[in-house]
Amino acid sequence: MNPVSSPRAAADRVRVIAALVVLVALMSAACGSSGSGDDTSAPATGAGRGGSVRLLTHDSFSVSDAVLAGFEQRTGIKVEVVRGGDAVEVVNQAILAKRNPQGDVLFGIDNNLLTRAFDEGLFEPYESPALAGVDPSYVLDPQHRVTPIDVGDVCVNYDRSRLRADGLPVPDTLEDLADPRYRGMLVVENPATSSPGLAFLLGTRARFGEGWLDYWRALKDNGVTVADGWEQAYYSDFSGGSGEGDRPLVVSYASSPAAEVPDPSISVEDAPTGFVPATCYRQIEFAGILAGAANPDAARQLIDFLLSVPFQEDVPMRMFVYPVNTEAALPETFTKFAALATDPLELPPAEVAANRDRWIEEWTKLFSE
Amino acid sequence: MILRRLGRLLLVGVPLAFLAIFFAYPVVAIVLRGLRPAGQWDLGVVGEVLGEPALRRVVWFTAWQAAVSTLLTVVVAMPAAWCFARLEFRGKRLLWAGLIVPFVLPTVVVGAAFLGLVGPRSPLGVDLRGTVWAILLAHVFFNYAVVVRTVGGLWMHLDPHLEEAARVLGAGWWQSFRRVTWPLLRPAVAAAASIVFLFTFTSFGVVLILGGPRYRTLEVEIYTQTARLLNLDTAAVLALVQLVAVVAVLFVYARYQERRSVSQLLRPATETARPLAGWRDRALLGANLAVIAVLLVAPLAVLVGRSLSTPGGWGLDAYRALDTSRRGSVLFVAPLEAVRNSLLFAGAATLIALVVGTMAAFAIAGRDPARTARWIDTLLMIPLGTSAVTVGFGFLIALDRPPLDLRDSLVLLPIAHALVAVPFVIRLLVPTLRSIDPRLREAAAVLGARPARVWREVDLPLVGRALLAAAGFAFAVSLGEFGATVFLARSQWPTLPIAIYRFLGQPGPLNFAQAAALSTILMGLTVAVMLAIERVRVGRIGEF
Repeated sequence: MNPVSSPRAAADRVRVIAALVVLVALMSAACGSSGSGDDTSAPATGAGRGGSVRLLTHDSFSVSDAVLAGFEQRTGIKVEVVRGGDAVEVVNQAILAKRNPQGDVLFGIDNNLLTRAFDEGLFEPYESPALAGVDPSYVLDPQHRVTPIDVGDVCVNYDRSRLRADGLPVPDTLEDLADPRYRGMLVVENPATSSPGLAFLLGTRARFGEGWLDYWRALKDNGVTVADGWEQAYYSDFSGGSGEGDRPLVVSYASSPAAEVPDPSISVEDAPTGFVPATCYRQIEFAGILAGAANPDAARQLIDFLLSVPFQEDVPMRMFVYPVNTEAALPETFTKFAALATDPLELPPAEVAANRDRWIEEWTKLFSE
Repeated sequence: MILRRLGRLLLVGVPLAFLAIFFAYPVVAIVLRGLRPAGQWDLGVVGEVLGEPALRRVVWFTAWQAAVSTLLTVVVAMPAAWCFARLEFRGKRLLWAGLIVPFVLPTVVVGAAFLGLVGPRSPLGVDLRGTVWAILLAHVFFNYAVVVRTVGGLWMHLDPHLEEAARVLGAGWWQSFRRVTWPLLRPAVAAAASIVFLFTFTSFGVVLILGGPRYRTLEVEIYTQTARLLNLDTAAVLALVQLVAVVAVLFVYARYQERRSVSQLLRPATETARPLAGWRDRALLGANLAVIAVLLVAPLAVLVGRSLSTPGGWGLDAYRALDTSRRGSVLFVAPLEAVRNSLLFAGAATLIALVVGTMAAFAIAGRDPARTARWIDTLLMIPLGTSAVTVGFGFLIALDRPPLDLRDSLVLLPIAHALVAVPFVIRLLVPTLRSIDPRLREAAAVLGARPARVWREVDLPLVGRALLAAAGFAFAVSLGEFGATVFLARSQWPTLPIAIYRFLGQPGPLNFAQAAALSTILMGLTVAVMLAIERVRVGRIGEF
């Protein structure tokens, strides 16, 4: 308990203080460089004539640097990509913050979420000239408050070698999944916490109408596993491809098999996983300009860019979905190992909006028993 | 005199202001948005939600699993706390630092590791998927370090002679523990238990991943109602239910703490630990190391294994690919950049938490009227028991206008992390501060030291260890990104957990291996930081 500090202790103290000073300096440098804490609505400087545009999107959004840089050079607009959680969470955050939007463009809202966003007045209309090259069946909003960008299907994937080893055929239909032969083989995502989970639920509703809950009861009796999200279902429960689990059937995407192909030269029959077309529920992803956007002009240019061929051709390998622009060429793995369902399950957005919460609640009740 | 009063006011004022601006204001804003949708009170929903039998089940499950998890964690961790406090053994420092690793890993990764261990392909042959056991086990895994480090940290400084004296006087091992050591340890045990209880009461990721749709906590329910369904009214009621429960628990705790604190002379840790002697020590240490091996090391080893497995056997492919895969995509995060961001945020969060928490701890342990101290203590613990999604969405709508437009600001992250870390600082400091024998301070004062000097020469060296432990926890809390699930501010400055999520979000043979590889890097980083913190010596703390 000697009150006099030793020289070593003093040196130590100096070191600690120095470390703290460095840390504070780093922090202030970090804050300064990102311009945080300043008024974010001020126009960005030094970004050329176009200013800057902020894209709010979900955590699976991806684009090649080169493609994005091409847009930035051509227009002089700087694009800032801001990611939230998944599509549902990002849209809900945007609805909450609509008084004071956090960005100019929102990408990733899908057909199931449209009605709610329209009711909240989240978007302002913009009809892009680039829509000329888009299949009109994807344009769900005649007022053009949102613009279709990509399309994908949520479908049951299967583990080819496991089914072969068990001497089972690949299931053909949703009904097959409730067949005792596939007992304890299917894993789905919880529709209350996962977007693909909700899409699959809506698919069962589209297929069975009022009888959808009976179908789920049959699935439950047949030993279906429920995972909280796609990551867990695919990586921990599914046995196929990169999965480490023991279930040969999983709710994933029509394009997932393309990602599991080790080498595109193999034959389609040798791909580790495949998908079941009759189980597919269609998801179209849209982008829209947020009402009250700080830079609506740049936002319009960004929408045009999202529909342009360079971005549309970048979409498959970056986000594992299909372009809506008919002029965009598909990569080989996509044409060979994946496909869009020809006759996907679909529900009108208004019906989804009116009943979604109730259906999720009914489903949860069934699975809490 | 005036200066002293001003100082005391600052001690209380700064932490409370911090809490008011960054916690109370956003939370009140989001709750009001739910209960006053159009500027009109709409309380019909309260009756609706409370009358729901399903909700009662959720509340009941939340409470009992938290109680059982806490009890289990304390029971499993106490013997280990003794080993760390009383025995010298090889690798002790490394293990002490490594204990905290589970704390920093993103739940989704740990969930996957756990499922590898007690899931469909369990090497142990037990499939606990979707059972309560999986949840309880994971809670013990996550919180083991809290008890070992909090209790062990105080135990190290208890004078072993007290117990030895009791033994000499004829008391058995159990009796001397119960009569002598236990009363001295009780504050630290209660402090650790209260933190574990709050953590498990608001458990989110673990329950979501391991519990399936059957087991839901209030936290999961609040997240579903807020972030997924945007039913802000229901969410507000649930948040209030959670708040009431948490405050009740904290209040009981605070009253208990006051009645139980004992002042004592603390001893340097180096004096109290001894080398292994006899088969009993070896057996005890062996048993505890076995528990650590099964409970902590095994799931982490599963992760490391997954990071080294490639389609063609074992190899470092995943690590090599970290720097190249997806290069040229805006999703790509260079691992080094993620490490830098993580360290930066965690450092800033630790700094904020230490400053605010230390001030609060002194205010609480000081000579304020007990009731005031109890209130401050309870208030500052509340963030630990509040759902992250409530706070996050609160930030979104409350901090959206200058001068407080912080939604995209970098400072928001460390602040959010500090909110969760401050309670740790308080919990670790207060028991130590209360146990400082006031005669030491009096003696110093009599010898003419001013209050500031008394603090520097008496209090600081004694609480130094606790301060370092608190810094460790604060750092770990931030590294693991607790519950900052809904901030958009993260995306320009991706941290390691964010980078891990990005790998997990896409199919492909290498993606999971790469997520595991990044998790392994995060573990290594954590151990390195913890070891570094242990080595810091503030004044003469090293000896104490």
